[in-house]
Amino acid sequence: MTKTKYHLTVTICLVFVVLIVAGKGIGADNILKMSTTTSTQSSGLLDMLLPELEKDTGIRVMVIAKGTGAAIRDGRDGNVDVIFVHAKSLEELFIRDGYGTKRYAVMHNDFVILGPKNDPAGIKGIRHAVSAFRKIARAKVMFVSRGDDSGTHTKEQALWEETGLNMIKKATVIRREGKTGAIDFFHPEGLGDWYLSIGQGMGKTITFAEEKQAYTFADRGTFIKYKYGRKGGLDLAVLTEGDPDLVNPYGVIPVNPAIHPHVKYELAKRFAEWLVSKKGQRLIGNYKLHGKALFYPDAVLH
Amino acid sequence: MLIDSLISALYLVGSLDAEMVSIVLVSLKISTTSTMIAGAMGIPFGFFIAFNSFPGKRLVITILNTLLALPTVVIGLFVYSFIARKGLVGSLGLLYTQTAIVIGQTLLILPIIATFTIAAISRIDARYRKTALTLGASRFQMAMVIFKEARFGIIAAMIAAFGRVIAEVGISMMLGGNARGFTRTMTTAMALEYDKGEFTLAVALGIILLTVSFGINLLFHSVQGRTRP
Repeated sequence: MTKTKYHLTVTICLVFVVLIVAGKGIGADNILKMSTTTSTQSSGLLDMLLPELEKDTGIRVMVIAKGTGAAIRDGRDGNVDVIFVHAKSLEELFIRDGYGTKRYAVMHNDFVILGPKNDPAGIKGIRHAVSAFRKIARAKVMFVSRGDDSGTHTKEQALWEETGLNMIKKATVIRREGKTGAIDFFHPEGLGDWYLSIGQGMGKTITFAEEKQAYTFADRGTFIKYKYGRKGGLDLAVLTEGDPDLVNPYGVIPVNPAIHPHVKYELAKRFAEWLVSKKGQRLIGNYKLHGKALFYPDAVLH
Repeated sequence: MLIDSLISALYLVGSLDAEMVSIVLVSLKISTTSTMIAGAMGIPFGFFIAFNSFPGKRLVITILNTLLALPTVVIGLFVYSFIARKGLVGSLGLLYTQTAIVIGQTLLILPIIATFTIAAISRIDARYRKTALTLGASRFQMAMVIFKEARFGIIAAMIAAFGRVIAEVGISMMLGGNARGFTRTMTTAMALEYDKGEFTLAVALGIILLTVSFGINLLFHSVQGRTRP
């Protein structure tokens, strides 16, 4: 090998060694693993909140975003220290089963029914969400569902069931913890015709509905981010909102150290308490995108 | 859309945005580590297979070739089942760390390195080997002679392996979790931006990834040299 080539090789190897060694020392003690939902992550709230949290408490949060079902699963499996989701019934089950210690009511936003501006199903102005769903089903206009076992999907299914329409139960058999169980998906008749279940997150679902100019069920936060918060915007509009049935509450639950002794319980508690503190709640309430509030703080302040 | 992305990419690079730089470094660090480890394991393994004849040798090579087509999601699930809390080595807390991604990526490219190495060695005239042994070379010295002759093909194996891991997203996403500031790589960042509907940013990151990969490969090629002086 020529001399220059030799030197070049040595330099390259040294660079690689440096790359590999660099960043090895992350102080692990103040790092909290949190699982949350993709819609929470997409809203941008955490990008604003977490630096403030670190400033006040020194806690660095590792955010792992998935659908609500998967996020809660991570909590059950002890892969994270705390969960931050929005599916109250599933959260309460999580605590009842002993995987979580306490549900801190942090904030809520609401769900909306989006659709094309020309509104072929004629739901604009109908405040009652269930009635709007009924009209969409009767008109057999395209509706895109997340279909991913998320909080949003759970709520959507609950609304469909209330319509009184003929619902089809699609049971998927899964094996969990050595036991065979079933996940039930409910959907109105017409799966594949007008009702599309795409098994993806909120962002992708809105994008899909936008592409098809179809109806969809979304959380307001992701909708605002997509409509006002990025280049390109959206043509879809909010056609139904304001129904008390559409409130979407978020909860923070530390994973129970009694079941998973390795979790950073004290850090998780501090994190939750910071979120429901005056400062945390104020920050959440003030978070706006294009002048529109995304979340409404829920904690009762003394 | 492509012109928009090109301009966005130039802005991103020019601004040397701290988060972007850190994402690139994380990708490079992880993929470099896995390539080096896989090389250290795969090249000797390839040598062993190439030099020795044993019953089932053709089957082993066939299996290795088949493993070239392993989807990253499959490897991700496989490793996940071991390192998640409920898995065999769950107490190590490896899930959602950079180390976990390295493990998955190393598994991904071991077949690539092994098969390429075997192919490179097989091309070397058998007389090199016999001559070296006749002249009194030890097995190790003989392997070094063959390594020198086959170095073009073997380094090509490393280049192919690096290209495979720097661009993969399945393993990084499943085992790393795309946690901002910890396990966000160029590819998982791209996937997130696509998920958020920020296509321009996703393509911009893709262009950066290609540029970085191009640069790395230029480096490799200058080391590789030519087959004949």
